[in-house]
Amino acid sequence: MTTTTLPLPTRPGPRAARAAQPAQPIQRRAFVEFIMGMPISLHVKAIDTSRTDIDQAAGNVFATLRKVDEVFSLWRADSELRRLQAGAVLAGECHPWQAEVLELCLGAEERTGGLFTAWRAAPGEVPAYDPTGVVKGWAIEQASALLRLVPGISFCLNAGGDMFVGFGAGMRGVAPSWSIGIEDPHQAGRIAATVEVVEGAVATSGTAARGSHIADPRTGEVVSRSGSTTVVGPDLVWADVWATAAFVDPAAVRDLMTERAPESSLTVL
Amino acid sequence: MRKITLWLMSTLSALVLLFSYPTSRNAAASSSVAAAAPTTTESGSGTTDSTDSATSQSPTGSATTDDTSSDATTESSTPSSSSTSSSSSDSSSSDAGTQTYAGDAVNTQWGLVQVQITVENGKITKSEVLQVPWSNHKDQEINSYAVPILNQETVDAQNSSIDMVSGATVTSVGYIQSLQSAIDQAHLS
Repeated sequence: MTTTTLPLPTRPGPRAARAAQPAQPIQRRAFVEFIMGMPISLHVKAIDTSRTDIDQAAGNVFATLRKVDEVFSLWRADSELRRLQAGAVLAGECHPWQAEVLELCLGAEERTGGLFTAWRAAPGEVPAYDPTGVVKGWAIEQASALLRLVPGISFCLNAGGDMFVGFGAGMRGVAPSWSIGIEDPHQAGRIAATVEVVEGAVATSGTAARGSHIADPRTGEVVSRSGSTTVVGPDLVWADVWATAAFVDPAAVRDLMTERAPESSLTVL
Repeated sequence: MRKITLWLMSTLSALVLLFSYPTSRNAAASSSVAAAAPTTTESGSGTTDSTDSATSQSPTGSATTDDTSSDATTESSTPSSSSTSSSSSDSSSSDAGTQTYAGDAVNTQWGLVQVQITVENGKITKSEVLQVPWSNHKDQEINSYAVPILNQETVDAQNSSIDMVSGATVTSVGYIQSLQSAIDQAHLS
């Protein structure tokens, strides 16, 4: 793919951006690791993707995600969050990320009118704190910040189907776009829709890949319908939160998003 | 340099209107356009905005006297884009206090841009892009957080125009059979 975007019709760009206009074909390189129980695919487009600073940045991305997993994993008994919940670590001794993510979780519940929650409650059970739904998007945002520092690249960081697309220094206005295919929830391996993204997040929630796992916070019951919901927007935490909430109640979330996330789009398949 | 001058001229005599696509974080998926100033209702030529010295020197629409505009404008459906009928903006007034103004099509380095605004009791209540510099759907989509386009195509990973795949969360096991995995394989070094 050597698709380049139309430069933005804004004022003439800085000299750096103009100089970065590719006269050579764009290379593409992928890095894949399994972290947080899912495949993390980092793809980079640049004129020369074999640069050592790209290698280093990719290494930092995966190191950051592994650190996030150490802090937040609910599947690892030795994670900080598990030890916190077990009383082995005091709140004041935690990584500052804990407070940051907790704040996001509270905000997400409020902003979605309770259609997203980080407090999982099966019927009859005491709600348990599970920030997983926020942590993934937040972690990808943290890692993307590292990639923005790398000059002359465009990147897409995909964590198990939810991704952030962005670019490094000097690429504003000339960064290539990425064609994101949205998988057909009714037929694996088939692409039901496509969207072009230069910078932003694409998040999809559904049951196709893992079976039913999204619960309706209002009832605690697992959402039984099929299909998927996709949100395209500026930020992966919120795209993910809205996509999950929309899977629970598409009509209500469509209305909420019109008011509270007007920059994002929602697609229900 | 001439492009910068063009741009300055058009903005001096113009309103800079943001596209109606709201965005945040300076996202590249947003854009803004410069629109030529609307002419007033009583005049189909020149400008009546005497307070703006720049416009008195350059009739509205003069920004289209770019060499390249001749090719582009002959095919254009917008008469105002011609450099000879430079200020052909039409305005249609309806109710007292509500008027719409179509700016001249401005030839930017990226193509022709034309914006129409609605003014109600002295305030701009609406702006619409009548003409945009991109000619195909794909280019247009990247200027906002687009709604994905539905298709019926069965995508083959080996011969695909898809860069990445979004779907319900893939586990490590499911990944092996996934389309994303096939795309990754093609680009691993």
